[in-house]
Formats: sequence, structure tokens, C-alpha cells
Amino acid sequence: MERYNRHIILDKVGLKGQEKIQNASVLVIGAGGLGCPVLQYLTAAGIGKIGIIDMDIVTISNLQRQILFGTTSIGKNKAIAAREQLKNLNNEITINAYPEKLTHQNALQYFKEYDIIVDGTDNYATRYLINDASIITNKPLVYGAIYKFEGQVSVFNYQNGASYRCIFPKKPNGAEPNCSEVGVLGVLPGIIGSLQATEVLKIILNIGDVLSGNLLCYHALTNKITKIKFKKNALEIEKIVEGRKTFHLKMDTENCVIEKFEIPVEKAFQLKNTQFIDVREYNEQPKITFKNRVQIPLSELKTNLSKIDITKTNVFFCKSGIRSKQAVLLLEQEEIKNSFSIKNNLQEIINYINHEK
Amino acid sequence: MILKIKYFGLIEEITACNEEDFVFFKETILELKEILFQKYPKLENTSFKIAQNNEIANVNDKITGTEIVLLPPFAGG
Repeated sequence: MERYNRHIILDKVGLKGQEKIQNASVLVIGAGGLGCPVLQYLTAAGIGKIGIIDMDIVTISNLQRQILFGTTSIGKNKAIAAREQLKNLNNEITINAYPEKLTHQNALQYFKEYDIIVDGTDNYATRYLINDASIITNKPLVYGAIYKFEGQVSVFNYQNGASYRCIFPKKPNGAEPNCSEVGVLGVLPGIIGSLQATEVLKIILNIGDVLSGNLLCYHALTNKITKIKFKKNALEIEKIVEGRKTFHLKMDTENCVIEKFEIPVEKAFQLKNTQFIDVREYNEQPKITFKNRVQIPLSELKTNLSKIDITKTNVFFCKSGIRSKQAVLLLEQEEIKNSFSIKNNLQEIINYINHEK
Repeated sequence: MILKIKYFGLIEEITACNEEDFVFFKETILELKEILFQKYPKLENTSFKIAQNNEIANVNDKITGTEIVLLPPFAGG
């Protein structure tokens, strides 16, 4: 127990508290910017069993903020690479790596095996899935999210408390960009993830005021922390509880529907009668021009549907392939068929065009 | 009354400032929202909640505080 001495000598933790930590289990979803610091501190603290779900691969642009990884991790699955690093930090605990995507089919089974759930994901579809699965399995959910220089932290479903849907009942339409598109200050997820790890330990130790019913908002540039209270919305929670029997039958539509519309750049340029639509914002760099290319930023697409030529095959692209997928979905909702999203990132598209010239 | 309105996350990019003083003569959160939509039309296509006195408000609530926050959800992680 020498390893945990600085915990044990704390009056609010002690040997009993440390035993609680060692008997606890935590499932961390997403081993990215938020997941890395959460995993490091929870592993160091000696949480008895930690699960890591992530289907992603470590890339060099992750290393600016995902400090659990090194250059030797590049190309490896994040859950597996995280487990390898964490084993070196603490080999006295159980760490399960799940190199797969969290879905409506597997979520409830995984959640049942752990005491506390941590959300470190990067998209709304998974965040709502996690929230709903936490309600159904009755697990406290430690939430964190970031945008550029700002972060949010809260604890949902804690002792029958409020949930994410009590603040934001419905998933946004999806125009909101993520870190790979808008950038993020590297240290920010370190701060927000550390706050999440703190909440996990407070829940386990039953000390302090857990952030239930409060959304903590942190701004790195102003150093301001604003805590915003919100009430439990029993109706929203009841809807999820009522849907529990059919939860596992739900398709993760956002991904299933879209996949068949995602095409590689070379295929996109083989299509006939095409209109290429750049859905990046006007101020984004680099500017690119080629034949049959127009620009309609995703944020303006809905109000500019008249600019879409429905007699053509519309092919969307953006910086990373995320907003272009959303554009296809948006057109689908408007009953405009025959559109595609290039799944390559912008650099690959530029390389392809230059190569073909 | 004069409200201090704070804009969080990507809202700041629509309003081009992170806070401003706002002279407001009406009563409810909904009315405030309508005025904000007129001033910043892009807000209408953006998801956000309004908090007053650091508590999430409903659209029909009367404005009782002077500190207002426009709070969008964040996706990043």
C-alpha cells in the first residue's frame, strides 16, 4: 500500500477510502483528449477495474493533447495502446481494452459490468447513446466535453439525479464541429479530463459536492469557471426508461445510414454529371478550386437548398469528412437523393487532384 | 433593464463578442430569444440553452436576473 500512501494519509480518504477505490470499477469511453488524463489519474489512484472502449487508431495529430500516447503508439488502436501504457503505470489493477465502437447493441452489456461511466467521446450520437444507456443501467455518468478553449463537466444520473437530456433534450442537428475540424488548445482536455477524474473519485469516496445538477463551464482564456444549475426533467428520463426493452434494437442510424454514401475520392471523380460541394466555412484554408466545385458552408446549407442542382450527382467534401457526411444526411431529410460524401480528408483530395492533373 | 449577456462556445463566433450589455424592455426568455434572433440571425440554426442567474431557464420564464448565459452543447473530446 506504499503506492497509495499519499491517499491513505488524507483524513477524508484513509485506508478505508483507498479500499473503496480499489474495489471500484470505471468504464471510460473514448481514449482521446479527455480519456487520456482520466485514465492516467484513475489508474494511478488504483481503481480496481478499468475498461477502455475506443475503436480509433492513434495518429500523429493526436499527440498534441492525448498525452498517454507516444510516437511508438502511432497506428495502434487507442484502447490497446492506452492499456499498454497504463500497465506500466500500475500493474496491480485490471485494465480491459475494448477496441470497438460503442453501439446500442453492446452498450448495456458493458455498462452493467462497471460502477461508473466516463464520457470522453467526440460526437453527439455517442454522447446521447451513453446518456441513455446510463439511465437504463442506473449508473452515474461523469461527462466532459470541450470546444476550442472551453470545457464542460457534469455528473449525470447520480443518485437518481438529472441527466444530459435534462439540459439538452434533443441531439443537435449535427452541424457542430469537433476538435479535428476547429482545433483545440492541447492542455484544455487535460484540465477537463482531470476534473472528470476528480468527480469519479468523489463519487467513489462519497466526499465533497458531486457536480450533479450542475454544469461546470471552464474558459481557459478568461480563467472563469461558471457553474450552471439545471433541474431534473423526469419526463425526459421516463421516456428513456420506457424505451429500455427496445434499446438494443435501435440502429446507430447516423453511422449506418451514411456509410453507403461515403465514397473514396477516386470513386467520386469517376462519377458522371457531378457537382462538388465544399461545405467548409468561407474563411477556412486552404482555398481550393477545380471544375464543377461550388462552396456552400454546412451552416448555410439548409437555407441554401435552392443552390443544389437535383439533376446532378452532388458530392460533398470538407476538411475531415465529418461535415460532408452531415450534409448528405441533411439532404436525405429534405428528400434530396443521390448525394455522396468523400470520406478522405482535404489533403488527400488535394493530392489526388494534383496527381491527376 | 440592462442585461449582461454572455456567449459560450461557438455562440461567441456568431455574436463576435463573448459578452455584451443588452437593453431589454420586454418580459420573458422567449422574447429575449426573439430579439437575439433578429440581431444574430445565425443563432436560429444553433442549439443552445439560456441560463439566468446561473440556472437553466425555460422559454416562458420571466426574466428576473441581469446575468444571462447562452449555452451551447459541446461535442469535442
